[in-house]
Amino acid sequence: MKARVFVTLKPSVFDPQGHTIVEALHSLGYGGVSDVRQGKFFELDLDVANQAAAEKLAGEVADRVLANPVIESFRVELK
Amino acid sequence: MTFAVVVFPGSNCDHDAYHAVKHVLGQQAQFVWHKERSLGSADVVILPGGFSHGDYLRTGAIARFSPVMDAVKEFAAAGRPVLGICNGFQILLECGLLPGAMLRNRDLKFHCEFVHVRVDKTNTPFTSLCTQGQVLKMPIAHGEGNYYAPPDTIASLEESGRVVFRYTTPDGDRLDSANPNGSLNAIAGICSEARNVVGLMPHPERACEAAVGSDDGLVLFQSVVHTLARQGSLQAVGR
Repeated sequence: MKARVFVTLKPSVFDPQGHTIVEALHSLGYGGVSDVRQGKFFELDLDVANQAAAEKLAGEVADRVLANPVIESFRVELK
Repeated sequence: MTFAVVVFPGSNCDHDAYHAVKHVLGQQAQFVWHKERSLGSADVVILPGGFSHGDYLRTGAIARFSPVMDAVKEFAAAGRPVLGICNGFQILLECGLLPGAMLRNRDLKFHCEFVHVRVDKTNTPFTSLCTQGQVLKMPIAHGEGNYYAPPDTIASLEESGRVVFRYTTPDGDRLDSANPNGSLNAIAGICSEARNVVGLMPHPERACEAAVGSDDGLVLFQSVVHTLARQGSLQAVGR
């Protein structure tokens, strides 16, 4: 089973990279893009028996390792 | 007195720290590989600067799980002095010995330059010989030194007097232009609740001899020697 983990900075945390990207987009004329938040994307191959176990495992590693809960939040998708 | 300098794969200031302790300060220094589970007979632990594990994932995020970190946590919990410099500070944040996290520098640039930091608290083992408000000239070399913590954590750090170092002008004035990375409240270094664990982004170990541009950093190492010697003599009196 595969899990996709998306890690992003919390909304309250300033994202200097996202800010620079949106400024670049504006200077290219893409005024329709009002904001950009940059994040990280992980694809995990999971060797587990069922979906519940996959959710638990992916959630645990995301919380403990992949994201830093002080500044980041995460979302897990299974497929 | 023995300083343990922990070496992670990718540490690059381990030898600078060793040199400062052994050849400038004149104390014993020993390297401890990150796979070790013991700190030996160390009196002080230094987590040096560098790019442990290539800064992959986040700075310090992988190093925090190194076997030696359990020993470092025990050492810290016993109230003994731990100094995290630059990447060492980032590791202390990741492992929870100090609160907060590092963001990319606000201008997204890697800063390698001398900065000035003001010593705001002298009641830590690493600042005991400083004077309140003393300004130290030390180098920084980091891309992610933009200290962040949630507002309640910042408030509690300030109230409990745990902001030890702040970026200032050479005169000790807190101007935004003197803040190289955008750190909240110009925070350059903090200490733990028990005050024995100190982390800072500037490199005191690279500022211990005038020949390299500054010897202002030496006082941090002299301070911990002084603090431990004083504790030792107090214990001797107690016996």
